[in-house]
Order: sequence, then structure tokens, then C-alpha cells
Amino acid sequence: MFPLLSSIIFLPLAAALGILLTPRNNVRLIRTFALSATFVVLCLSVLLVIKFNSALPGVQFVEHHLWIAPMNAWYFLGVDGLNVAMVFLTALLGFLACIASGGIGHSQKEYFVLYLILMTGMLGTFLALDLFLFYIFWEAVLIPMYFLIGIWGGPRKEYAAMKFLLYTLAGSVIMLVGILVAYFSASPHTFNMFELAQVMPLFDLRLQIFLFLSFYIAFAIKVPVFPFHTWLPDAHVEAPTPISVLLAGVLLKMGCYGLFRICLPFFPDATQYFSLSLAVLGAINLIYGACVAMAQTDFKKMIAYSSVSHMGFVLLGFASLNITGFNGALLEMFNHGIITGAMFLLVGVLYDRAHTRELDQFGGLSATMPKYAFFLTFCTLGSLGLPGLSGFVGEFLSLIGAYPVFPKLTAISCLGLIITAGYFLFMIQKVLLGPVNPVAGKYPDMNKWETLTLVPLSVIIAVVGVYPAAVIKFQQIALEALLIFK
Amino acid sequence: MAQFIPLFPFLAFVINIFFGKRLNQASAWVSIVASGMAMLVSIQTFFEQQAHQNGSIVLGEWLSLYGVPLKFGVTVDALSVMMLLVVTIVATLIKIYSVGYMHGDPRYSRYFAYISLFTASMLGLVLADNFILLYIFWEGVGLCSYLLIAFWFERPAAAKAGLKAFITTRIGDTGFLIGIFLLLSLTHSLRFSDLAHVNVAGNETFFMVAALLIFFGAVGKSAQFPLHVWLPDAMEGPTAISALIHAATMVAAGVYLVARTFPLFLANPAALEFVGIIGGISALMAASIATVNNDIKRVLAYSTVSQLGLMMLGLGVGGYAAGTFHLMTHAFFKALLFLCAGSVIHAVHSQDIRTMGGLFAKMKITGMTFIIGALALAGVPPLAGFWSKDEILLSAYHGHQGLFMVAVLTSFLTAFYMARLIFLVLFGKPRSDISHAHESPVSMTFPLIVLSVFAIFVGLIGSPLAGHAFQAFILPHEGAHEVEINSMIMWLSVLIALTGIVLAFLVYMKGLKLPAFGGLYRLLLNKYYVDEIYQEIFVKPALAVCRGAFGFDFRFIDGIVNGTASCVQRLSAIFRPLQTGLVQNYLLFQVVGIIIFILILGGLCFRF
Repeated sequence: MFPLLSSIIFLPLAAALGILLTPRNNVRLIRTFALSATFVVLCLSVLLVIKFNSALPGVQFVEHHLWIAPMNAWYFLGVDGLNVAMVFLTALLGFLACIASGGIGHSQKEYFVLYLILMTGMLGTFLALDLFLFYIFWEAVLIPMYFLIGIWGGPRKEYAAMKFLLYTLAGSVIMLVGILVAYFSASPHTFNMFELAQVMPLFDLRLQIFLFLSFYIAFAIKVPVFPFHTWLPDAHVEAPTPISVLLAGVLLKMGCYGLFRICLPFFPDATQYFSLSLAVLGAINLIYGACVAMAQTDFKKMIAYSSVSHMGFVLLGFASLNITGFNGALLEMFNHGIITGAMFLLVGVLYDRAHTRELDQFGGLSATMPKYAFFLTFCTLGSLGLPGLSGFVGEFLSLIGAYPVFPKLTAISCLGLIITAGYFLFMIQKVLLGPVNPVAGKYPDMNKWETLTLVPLSVIIAVVGVYPAAVIKFQQIALEALLIFK
Repeated sequence: MAQFIPLFPFLAFVINIFFGKRLNQASAWVSIVASGMAMLVSIQTFFEQQAHQNGSIVLGEWLSLYGVPLKFGVTVDALSVMMLLVVTIVATLIKIYSVGYMHGDPRYSRYFAYISLFTASMLGLVLADNFILLYIFWEGVGLCSYLLIAFWFERPAAAKAGLKAFITTRIGDTGFLIGIFLLLSLTHSLRFSDLAHVNVAGNETFFMVAALLIFFGAVGKSAQFPLHVWLPDAMEGPTAISALIHAATMVAAGVYLVARTFPLFLANPAALEFVGIIGGISALMAASIATVNNDIKRVLAYSTVSQLGLMMLGLGVGGYAAGTFHLMTHAFFKALLFLCAGSVIHAVHSQDIRTMGGLFAKMKITGMTFIIGALALAGVPPLAGFWSKDEILLSAYHGHQGLFMVAVLTSFLTAFYMARLIFLVLFGKPRSDISHAHESPVSMTFPLIVLSVFAIFVGLIGSPLAGHAFQAFILPHEGAHEVEINSMIMWLSVLIALTGIVLAFLVYMKGLKLPAFGGLYRLLLNKYYVDEIYQEIFVKPALAVCRGAFGFDFRFIDGIVNGTASCVQRLSAIFRPLQTGLVQNYLLFQVVGIIIFILILGGLCFRF
């Protein structure tokens, strides 16, 4: 059988090698090369989604080969309801952010090589079903990301890149301890996630709690869960636009995905033990993130904190431990990737013109940049959870799933909905409405490449909002299977 | 067929938003034709409903909640059919009016796109057969309201008013959403039709909380106290929008919601009484503000808050038919009043009634229709407002003495401020140069005439003259509904209306000096300082909390992160000198280490 998953993962890496062989001054060729590679990956992932049978339980497109025999480490890839949408999301944002990389002004060759390696790392993280392989991909994301922020970033890029690297690395090391303990406590020793998911739940609660925490911290840093979130605004603000898109759209989801793929099936008792704490943290993320976003004057930082806030819905849905909450959390992961990806692209459009992101520097752009105004308003409404657009469905399902379990906490979390509407509309008012700013009024409207990146995202926001089953039908069976562990 | 009604205006929205620039003037007609079609199908639905009684059409499954499929569908009963007719008729007329009113606006087609989207959402809201679908459209009309209030976004006041409207209503909506969650957890159903047989026994408190939370959504949408502050500011939008959204239809959605979920309130008498009390407070408060305000649109806006309060009051005292009847009549005459105000503003380019006066001579049609609307609102027989207000007074008389007094007082104030408005705008000597003022074009006067016909006659269908046909229609199963004619209430109603009008005549035409109420006057002129109070106790503290949270995040949370890093750095600075590069030093450490190790080992052996 054709190794579809391996092709999806390693095609970007192969393209990176190809770019290494290209002369560095032929920027056009390099860019075209990277674009076509990411486009093929997108096509392959669409093919994957089409061929994926959502009615079947278990993993599909399995590739299972012995890799390092003495360690019993396998090259084990597969797709199920938990990761199929994530693969599509990664491929889509990878392609669109690649289009948006046109503005990268120097060292394009190195940029696209690292970019493509990053793609391989992200796709591999979602598709690996062997813990050892998972860990390698997980770590493989860090290094290119470090350079992409540190070299092509803003004024405080070194600080932000180092903070990101050390913070996530600290989490990974703790996870490595967990992986090793898990590996050695299973007999025969194995990294196979499904075998571990059979063995680990039998352990006593104290060991489960210890192992849960070792994985949780790594994931919580990535999500990020309060109080591990402060790397995110720094990294987002300093990163170039396309990297912010991937950071918010994909990297944060790696943490959420870990909760579903590892924490819950491996340590069901510990997850249940911590469910209230997780829900409280979700509520904190939601409200606290929204409050801090409200206080921002920098457009990008506001969106960064809005991501913190939105991840609260994922946590709340996860902590509810029922099918509705799970559906909401997983859907919110997908929706947030699409919407916030679009939001960062939109911030980038403005930054490319103004070289500032201070909200006070704009005003009245609705009159001078109507196309931009349309997309910004549309995506903002999606993000603040307007019914009919995708953001609402994920938030709604997470809340309604959490309500019977934590009624008061969920009701308090709803405060976040009001604050979110507040800061987003405040932003719209400052950027798009009011008298036209004399400087900002001269900016040209979005060009066709910028429009091209936003159209598919907007279409998805509308379609999923009206017909959420389009995404939910993929995840339903896998999530029902997760409930068995409870 | 009913499920297709919202599709017509939605299609008009899609056409206008994507091809509006090319259609230009034609975009208005796309909108109008779509509305007209929706109106025709609504009329057909009305006859179908009369023939076959109520129906519900299930459209399909949207999601599943806790494994139970959530099916979306439309409901066709007297209440929704009535709303369909009101919305489509008023919307069509207002769109015709807008052709003239918005003429020459640079965003002409955008306007018709938004107003079509609003119509579609409003019709969807009315047809929804469950809470979630209603909530979706509920937010949809809220969005259109936001977009249209801030339609002239270059004006900072308009942008601000849009924001205020959205946030204020969202506060109510959030309560509504929590109420939906609570109700779902209690009844495991979100269909309106299942509300009729809810069993509150054993869960009285929870059901009451659910009812109050749902009502909180209605409070936001219908601009009731304490969430009424957004509606007067919403007058920054085009006047035709004020007529359609902020007078006739959207703001009535709150009243509609209470009517739609009426069984829930009937099962919780305390919650129902609360609805009446909030309605009473809003009615009286807003009416008193309207008596001193000098902005023609804001007087009407406060009047809307007051009248919606009266509807809530009617529902709250158990007058289901009275509340819904007044909803319907009010939609027509208040839309008429706003359109007249728009016509006046169009002519004099001012909204301040102190600069008007004597306009009747210049604008005969506008003037006549304005007077008809005002008399209808003031409750002069046999115009529409008289009959429906009379029903509310009657229900309150039987239901709640205190609220009856409130309703009477409100009716008096209503007659007074409407007469004041008419005298100051249309009669007396002009207080500024109005020589350029002229009657509006036909596209604007035609809807005025049609609406004034409604304002005169639509009340009759609920009057004793027609055998209370409306009540029989809206309450088909209620055999117990006795048709009562209380002439005492009726005379009282006429008397207070006339007193109000006469008093206004004496004060504003004959120069009668009222005793000076300096303090009260300032209180009313400043709208009881509610905006200022909210600014101090909600807005400023909330912003301070947000800034505080950011400071905490930056200094404390991130401080710990960076502190940890610098601790590690300092710690390594302490140990760095150990790395001397001298082999002798390393050997020394090694020997010391081995000695310590042996000692520990020895100690352990000794212990065991």
C-alpha cells in the first residue's frame, strides 16, 4: 500500500533538502519550490480526509515497522478521529503561511529550509503512535521554531526565542521522564501508545498521578495553560507573521492533542482525579486571558492573549469527561487554528503596511480598506463566538458539556464571553471605525495573495459554523472510544 | 413552506453583499422584492395555519448533545404567524422608505445587504422551534443591529453606540445562554413545544433561576431596566433602522421570547411577577425621561423602552394576549413614528426639537401621519394603541394592583410626551429657519400612509367591535379566556390620554408654567444618571481589573519565569569558578568526594 502518512510527513523534509541544493540568490525558485511542496502536502492531506472512513473505529492508514529492535521502538503511524482534523489543519495552515512568507526579506533559503523541517515535525507529532517517535517529532519542532523566531523575528527576537526554547524544553525533559517510566513499567517494555493505554490504566492512582503530571506539564506549557503561558505573548509578538500563524494554529494544538492522545487514555483515573483542577484552570485561562487581552494596546499581543483565553474552552471541554465536552474541545482546537491563523494573517497585513501594531495608530480603515475590513470583521466575529460561524459551535459544546459536571464554574466562565466581545469590538472600533487616520488611510487594500490566504479560512469558518457535523463526524467515534476508559 | 420564508431575504443579502457595487440602485429592489416574497409566503402560511392549526416542520439534525440529537425545525403557530406578518410587512415598507431615505449614501448597497440579513435573522428567530436555533438568530439580529447602528462608522458616536449595544445585549445573552444550559440539564429538551408539559415539582428553585436567566436575555434585547442604556444611543444609526430594528421588530424579540416560553413562567409565578415588575420599572422610568428629552429620536427611543416595558408588564400579570397584542400594534405605530421622525430630520437636518416648530405647514403628509401615530401611541380611541393598551390595563387591573397603577401613570406620561413632541415639532412658531424644509419623496411618504392605515385600524381586530378576534386567534386552546368588556377601565384609559394631551397643549402651546421641579427635571434630563453610574461601578472597575491582570501577568507570573532563569544563571555563576581547568583541583575534589562517599557508606553499614 502507498505510504500516505509517511509521504505527508517527509515530503516537506525532502523539499527542504531540495532547497539546500538550490542557489541561494534564486529566491523565486526557492519560494516556488516551498510553495509547491506545501501545496502537495495539502493535497495529500485532503486525499487523506476523503479516504478516511469516519465510521470505522481504531486507526487507519497504519504504517507499522520495527525501527530500533533492542528498544522495541517502532515506526508506527496512523490516523483516527483525534488527529485527522489536525493533520488537515497543519497542512492547510502550512500552505497558507507559506504564501504569506513572501514578505520574508533576507536569508530566504535558510528560512524555507527551517520552515519545511518545522512542517515535518508538526505533522509527525500528530501522526506518530509510538511514544519514542512522538517524542522525536515533538522535539524536532523546537529547533526550527527557535531559529525561525530568533533570526526572522522582531526587535526582541533573541529573548523570545530563547524563552520559548527553554520553556518548552523544560517541559519536554519532564515528559521524557514520564515516557521512560511508562516504558519500563510495561512488560514487555513498549512505546506503543495503544499497548501502553492497555497497561497504564491498571497502575495504582499514585503512580498514575505522577506520570500524568509529567506529561501534563509538557502539554500545559504548549497549550499553554495558566500559569505556564507567558512565553506565548513574547513568542507571538516577535515571530514573523507566518510563524505566528503556525505557532497559534498548530503548535498550541500539539499540547491539547497530547491531553487527548496520552493523558486521558494512559491515566484515566488520574485524569478524573484532576478533572476539577483542569476545569478550574480552564476557567482561569478563559477569563484571565480575556482580561489581559482587554488591557493590550498591541494588536498582535491581544490576539496572543485571546488564544490563551480560547484554550480555556478546550480545557473546560476536556475536563468535562463526556462526549459533548470532548466534541467541543476537539472542535474548538480545529476552529481556533483556523480563526486565529486568519487573525494573525490579518495582523500581518496591517503590520506590513504600517510597521506598527499599536491599535491607536489606525482608525477608519473600513472606508479605505473595505476588503480588509470585511475579513477582519468576519474573523473577529468568528473568534468572539458569533453563532453561525465556527467559533460558536466549539465554545458552545465545551460549555454545555461542562455545565452538568461543573455548573457554577461553567456559569462563571461565561463571563469570558462578555469580555471577549469587549476587547474584540474595541479593537474593531479602533482599527476599522471612527474618522480615517491620515497616515493609515493611505494604505492600499489587501492584494490578491493576501486575499487568497484568507478566503479558504473564511469559507471554513462559515461552513463549520453552519454545518459543524462536517468536522464532528470525523471525531465522534474516536471520542466515544475514549469514554470507555472512564 | 414556512421554512423558506427567511431564505428570500437571506438570498437578497448574498446578492447585495457580493454584487451590490455593480447593482447600485437596483440593490434596494432586490431587497424589497425578497421582502415582498417573504410577506406573500407569510400570508399564505397564515391561512394554512388557520386551516390546519399548528404545525412543526423538522429540518434536520444539527448536533448531538449528550448523545441526544438536537434537531432544528420551524414552528408554525399563532404567535409565530403573527410575528411573521408583522416583520415582513414592516420590513417591506421600511425598505421602500429607505430607497428615498438612503438615496446618495456611498454605502447604499451595503445598507440593503445588512437590512436583508437582519430580516432573514429576525424571521429565523420567529420561526425557531427550539432554544438553540432561536439563540443563533438572536445573536444574528444582534450582529445586524451592531452593524447598522455603526453604519456611519466615521462618526465616533456611532461606532461607540454600536459597541455599547453589542456588549450590553451580550451581557443579557450570556445570562440567556446559562439559562439554556440550566434548562437543558433540568428537562433534557430544548424544544419549545416540550415546555408546555414541564414538571417543576421538586426543582422549583432551579426552574425559577432558569426562567429568570432566560428573561435576562429578554431584558437585554428589549432594552429593559437595567440593560436599557444601549437603546437611546442606538439612535446614532439611520432612522429607518431605528424604526425597523430598534422599535418594531428586534427589540420586541425579548417580549416574543417571554411569550414563546410562557409556560415556563406560568409554572413559576414568582418569575412571572418579576417580569411584570421589571416591565413596570422600565415603563415608568423611560416614560418619565421621554417627557423632558429634546432629541426627536431619543424621545421615541425612550418611548419604545417604555412601551416594551408595558408589554412585559402585561405578560407579567398573566395577560398573554394583551402583551402580544400590544407587541403587534406597537410595531406598526412606532415604526410609523420613527419614519415620520426620519422624514422630519430629512427635511430640517436636525434632531433637536427645540429648533423645530411649525413644520406641519411645510410637510402635510408627514405631519398628518405623525399625528396619527402619536394618537395611536397615546391611546386615543379608536386607534390601535388604545385597544391594546386597554387590554394591558385590564389584565393588570385583575392581576396586580401596584402594576396597574404603574400602567396608568405610564399611559398618562405617554400621552403627555407624545403630545409635547407633536406640538413642539409640527405646530407653533418655527424656532429656526425652516424655509428650505419640504415634504419627502413619494418612496418615503407612501410607507407612512400605509403604516398610518395600520395604526388606525389594526387595533380593531382585538377590540370588542370585532369580538376580540385577535385574542381568539392567539389563544386558540384557551377556552377559559373570557371576553370581558370593562367600560370603567376603558373610560379611565380615554380620560388619562386626554388629560395628558390637554396638559401638554396648555404647557407647550399656551405657555402654562408648571411649578418648577428643578431637581427632578435635572434627574430626568440626565436619564437618572444611569450611564454615569454604570461607568463608575462597572466599566471603570472592569477596565482597572483588566489592567491589573495584565500587570500581574507581566510582573508576577512572567517575573517568576524570568526570576527562575536568572536564579539558575546566578547559581551557575557560583559554581563556575570550580571549573578551573587545573587537573590538581579536579583530583582534589575527586579525593574529597570519595572520602565523603566512603564515610556515608560506612555510616549506613554501621546502622544496619
